[in-house]
Amino acid sequence: MADDKSNAAEYWKANVRTIIGCLAVWAFVSYGCAILFRPLLASIPVGGTDLGFWFAQQGSILTFIVLIFFYAWKMNKLDEKFGLGE
Amino acid sequence: MSQFAINLLFVGASFALYIGIAIWARAGSTKDFYVAGGGVHPITNGMATAADWMSAASFISMAGLLASGGYANSTFLMGWTGGYVILAMLLAPYLRKFGKFTVPDFIGDRFYSNTARLVAVICLIVASVTYVIGQMTGAGVAFSRFLEVPNTAGIWIAAAIVFLYAVFGGMKGITYTQVAQYVVLIVAYTIPAVFIALQLTGNPIPMFGMFSTHTESGIPLLAKLNDVVNALGFQDYTADVDNKLNMVLFTLSLMVGTAGLPHVIIRFFTVPKVADARWSAGWALVFIALLYLTAPAVGSMARLNLATTVYPEMAGQVEDYDAAAEQALIYEDRPNWIRTWEETGLINFDDKNNDGRIQVYNDSNEEYAEIAESRGWEGSELTVNNDILVLANPEIANLPGWVIGLIAAGGIAAALSTAAGLLLAISSAISHDLIKTMINPKITEKGEMLAARISMAGAILVATYLGLNPPGFAAQTVALAFGIAGASLFPALMMGIFSKKMNNSGAVAGMLAGLGCTLLYIFTYLGWLFIPGTNMLANTPENWLFGISPLSFGAVGAMINFIVAFSVRSVTQEPPQEIQDLVESVRYPKGAGMAVDH
Repeated sequence: MADDKSNAAEYWKANVRTIIGCLAVWAFVSYGCAILFRPLLASIPVGGTDLGFWFAQQGSILTFIVLIFFYAWKMNKLDEKFGLGE
Repeated sequence: MSQFAINLLFVGASFALYIGIAIWARAGSTKDFYVAGGGVHPITNGMATAADWMSAASFISMAGLLASGGYANSTFLMGWTGGYVILAMLLAPYLRKFGKFTVPDFIGDRFYSNTARLVAVICLIVASVTYVIGQMTGAGVAFSRFLEVPNTAGIWIAAAIVFLYAVFGGMKGITYTQVAQYVVLIVAYTIPAVFIALQLTGNPIPMFGMFSTHTESGIPLLAKLNDVVNALGFQDYTADVDNKLNMVLFTLSLMVGTAGLPHVIIRFFTVPKVADARWSAGWALVFIALLYLTAPAVGSMARLNLATTVYPEMAGQVEDYDAAAEQALIYEDRPNWIRTWEETGLINFDDKNNDGRIQVYNDSNEEYAEIAESRGWEGSELTVNNDILVLANPEIANLPGWVIGLIAAGGIAAALSTAAGLLLAISSAISHDLIKTMINPKITEKGEMLAARISMAGAILVATYLGLNPPGFAAQTVALAFGIAGASLFPALMMGIFSKKMNNSGAVAGMLAGLGCTLLYIFTYLGWLFIPGTNMLANTPENWLFGISPLSFGAVGAMINFIVAFSVRSVTQEPPQEIQDLVESVRYPKGAGMAVDH
């Protein structure tokens, strides 16, 4: 339990902001680049096909990994900053 | 040594390893049984989660789906990995902080309602059992092919093995067994892929090889593949999809389903700290991605290999695809792997035009029909079951016998590890949430363990029975499991954490609405309880509501769940103060401690 209510609320807000940012990237690479915007990226060639195809079968997965590790790192810093870690 | 002996050696050695580990780590207390004493390192946990997650569907059938569907089936790749992002940010750390053992535990406590707990137990059991049936069938097929026993015997062997280590080992046994299984399955998956990538592109790394030059023809591999499949009347491998709405919703369904599947969530209860739950999800995805990044290479290369086996003239630099198409493989000259798989019935040849050659092409393409006719073709003559692709891959590429033995061990590991994880989720829902919490709170620890083991055995029997009498819906069942989990459990868990004011009535109404709508939509097209002939509409794209396939409906179900929950909440009382405090405390890692006893 947080000792200081406003401190805790601040922490939660920062967490939610981080999540929204990460999920925006998550949606952009998968639903965006790989599916909806694929026609727009058709002119960028990647090894025999286009960038959208690469995002659908490789790029989005790689981005997902980066996102989770970024989130874990960022939250550890927030835990420390607000003194709410274990 | 014969191939049969090699397979036996590999499968036998891997079993000895799993069972040895299960005995070595035999669970002592109830807590050990469920959550391995809360002391599993994030990397270890990530690896075990990866083995838990990657089932027969990922290992055996996904590359085959990619091979046949090309770009359109990228949904499986993104859906089954992207779910971990949601899991890591929206669920895992908070559920770890909450510190109970099971998903219904959280839903029941958070929504201060045994009705909510019961609904969660039902969703969990339906989703998990349907998923296990698919695993049992998959394991049965792999056993029967490699040990050369009938399919029925294969399923019984699978059931006996799962029973042994899931029932006697508990979670801890499973955690370390699953680490071993992960290693076996990833090695088995990547070795053939590396060899094949080398053969086709000279690049040993499959995910790079896929985007580099095809050695024999001198053009990029994917461009070559497009040319070849085009010459046979199929659409481009990399062709875009028209129905983008369905593609988006299907991907989303698989993602929320991933985040809502109880056997995956339960994994995050087993790490020591909240921070570890976050890292754990990342490591899990790293280990999963090793297979998921390789799968598209396996799929595209296998499709090319298959086509050039049938039309050897198409392999190199082709001036005239028409001439190459005339030189289809003579049936009597077919390679050994076609002969072996023909015996299983999963490859079938029917010489429709009696010319002694194997013609494979897209005979449902009307524009191509004229070309086919002019060549004297009377229909595609070879049917290849998608699911054999990964298992047959080493044989297609002429790899040594030990690689084939390894693939056998890997395929079986994938099916068994997922089945065991699901069985644990089922047994804890019954023994812990249903019996201990709701029916008989005075049950002893020993009695609870016994109940867990009995319900596990019961679940295995049900799954084995249904696996023995497959109603013929393996792919749909997996999709149903995702649909149910995504439409019912995921929204309830998320609202439980992110909406402090969400109350019991809202959550229960939401879960029931999400579950009900999803089942209704699926049953409308696939038949009531999947009984063939009871569907009210034919399962074709023209009949789908807004072009949404039944497989994609989980995402819509989840939205319905959210909308109903918030509407009901707005007209009912807000939750009591202590529940709001509970939500507050779940949000901060401080004071998590070990997974608590009760």
